[in-house]
Amino acid sequence: MYRYDEYDQAIVDARVAEFRDQVERRLKNEISEEAFKPLRLMNGLYLQLHAYMLRVAIPYGTVDSRQMRMLAHIARRYDRGYGHFTTRQNIQYNWMKLEEMPDLLADLASVEMHAFQTSGNCIRNISSDQFAAAAADEIADPRPYAELLRQWSTLHPEFSFLPRKFKIAVTGSTIDRAAIKLHDIGLELVQNDAGEIGLKVLVGGGMGRTPMLGHVIREWLPVADYLSYMEAILRVYNRHGRRDNIYKARIKILVNDLGAAEFARQVEEEWVLVKPLGLDPPPSELARIAAHFAPPVLDANAPVEIDQSNPDFANWVTVNTHPHRAPGYAIVTISLKAPGEIPGDASADQMDIIADLAQRYAGDEIRVTHAQNLVLPHVRRADLFDLWQVLVSAGLATANLDRASDIISCPGLDYCTLANARSIPIAQKLAVKLAPQEADLGELKIKVSGCINGCGHHHAGHIGILGVDRKGEENYQLLLGGSGAEDATLAKILGPGFDENGIVTAVEKVIDRYKTLRADPAERFLDTYRRVGAEPFKEAVYG
Amino acid sequence: MAEVYRLRADPEHTAPAVPLADYQPGGTAVRLEAGDDARLLVPHVGALRRIDIAFPKFREGRGYSSARILREAGFTGEIRALGVLYVDQLMFLTRAGFDAVLPETPIDPEVAERTLARFPNVYMKAADSLQPIWALREQSNA
Repeated sequence: MYRYDEYDQAIVDARVAEFRDQVERRLKNEISEEAFKPLRLMNGLYLQLHAYMLRVAIPYGTVDSRQMRMLAHIARRYDRGYGHFTTRQNIQYNWMKLEEMPDLLADLASVEMHAFQTSGNCIRNISSDQFAAAAADEIADPRPYAELLRQWSTLHPEFSFLPRKFKIAVTGSTIDRAAIKLHDIGLELVQNDAGEIGLKVLVGGGMGRTPMLGHVIREWLPVADYLSYMEAILRVYNRHGRRDNIYKARIKILVNDLGAAEFARQVEEEWVLVKPLGLDPPPSELARIAAHFAPPVLDANAPVEIDQSNPDFANWVTVNTHPHRAPGYAIVTISLKAPGEIPGDASADQMDIIADLAQRYAGDEIRVTHAQNLVLPHVRRADLFDLWQVLVSAGLATANLDRASDIISCPGLDYCTLANARSIPIAQKLAVKLAPQEADLGELKIKVSGCINGCGHHHAGHIGILGVDRKGEENYQLLLGGSGAEDATLAKILGPGFDENGIVTAVEKVIDRYKTLRADPAERFLDTYRRVGAEPFKEAVYG
Repeated sequence: MAEVYRLRADPEHTAPAVPLADYQPGGTAVRLEAGDDARLLVPHVGALRRIDIAFPKFREGRGYSSARILREAGFTGEIRALGVLYVDQLMFLTRAGFDAVLPETPIDPEVAERTLARFPNVYMKAADSLQPIWALREQSNA
């Protein structure tokens, strides 16, 4: 875990003081709401349908128990006892009062947390692989690179008024759990024959109104120079990205208009100019940061075999744990998707329990996943049963990771001013309907967005649902065949949309048809769809 | 328009700024619109004494890159930001290379001073003389 030094702490403390000053000026009416809006947005504070919403940054999705307890405290003290983990590894609180925000940010700063740049047309929270430093398939821990990006992008003087928001994801594995092809910049740590680490750079991915997959613009970027290269990308985008139309302002449009090769050429040209300016810190800075991420001391003799005679426990182990790089350990995913509940929501009490478990069993670390679940990265297999029993009593032992009821959903029209339709109730209905048969269905990723901005990642869903407004009525489009993983594809619309009940029935029809089409019980829905195409599903749904 | 908020000690260069399209070599003051290419002025940074850069909207951000490009090219005269700008943007502006602001609504010098003193250090190198935190860390370990 990265720990702040006096420099990091001073910046976060100054930010709290700055926002306290800005809120006071606003409450005394010294600044208009119009002038205040961009200031509060830079601190992650949105005005939603019913109240202010605050988005707190969780850099690369990593927190410790102390920070998780603070998130619980904030839920109790400033909200209604809940927090909502988001698809960008952040947490949102939905019932905020403006006058309390400075105290809340001060509470966050006391545990080395903040809400910097969780909104606005700037470089947003850097996201990463939730299995970092634990997965057996990893080349190197991506989080030191993400932390250096966090620092470099914090209050960046040139890139705080970009054409549009800007999202960067970093992964250290060829198994892509961070959806790097669907980010403005995706970075993948790669290793050459000499054993050196470099970065593969993808640019121009994204979802929203115009979904696109990112293009590789550099196969190998030396890590010593990667910040100056980021400056070059951002400068080309800041100068040439479209500003005349908010829907065409993301970098993906620029990359697409220029072509990836021409965009890459312009970046290289800019890089030649900025690289000599001394923008890159010396290797010792990356090494200093990396030292913070040293994994916990693991017991090489930790037993691998464990008693799985309890069938519910055995099922949870099968579904919700992954192999750890150390044989006697497991990576545990705590599902925040109990069927019928709001995807990604956790109560303050649940957060406290998870904090306790992380401290006792998991090297004091918790990760937030872009699928809105939580991860305990380093758990001894021998401790799994005790841990599971605590999760059961807290309502956190749902064994549905990557299955039909593990649905990603944006807040939708229940909270969000941008939404055209509700998404949470759709996710809840589908989860309840599909949970009984999900073991048979295997991996099936369903993702629901309440508007075309796509915060629910519907384009990356094996089954995606998009809520739209059709003549004042909520209408839901059905998309099939998306993936946000290393085999990334964009889901395609199947046909005309449905009302709330109609979309649930349509998804059930798709699933029934899949069961008759799959080559064998192990063939995933996505693979069946890729093999047979959309037609059989179209026929099943529209007949 | 309010008064110019200026962070330079030298006397103001008051020559009217001509649009980029009308600029003639040897001219001392020029105005860049948000979308103008600042690199076209690189051959002229020795002759120029003031470059105005327009910010027609709060959301406009190209001027920050323009200012940095001019400073990177060695321009030492005044770079003045004009338009929809607030005191809360001062740190970004000064770090990007601006040393004067002519905002639509006046800037309270007291608030400006407080704002500019707010952040004790910075994470990244830019057009000003501030050392990034990584360099300070390096020095304290040396």
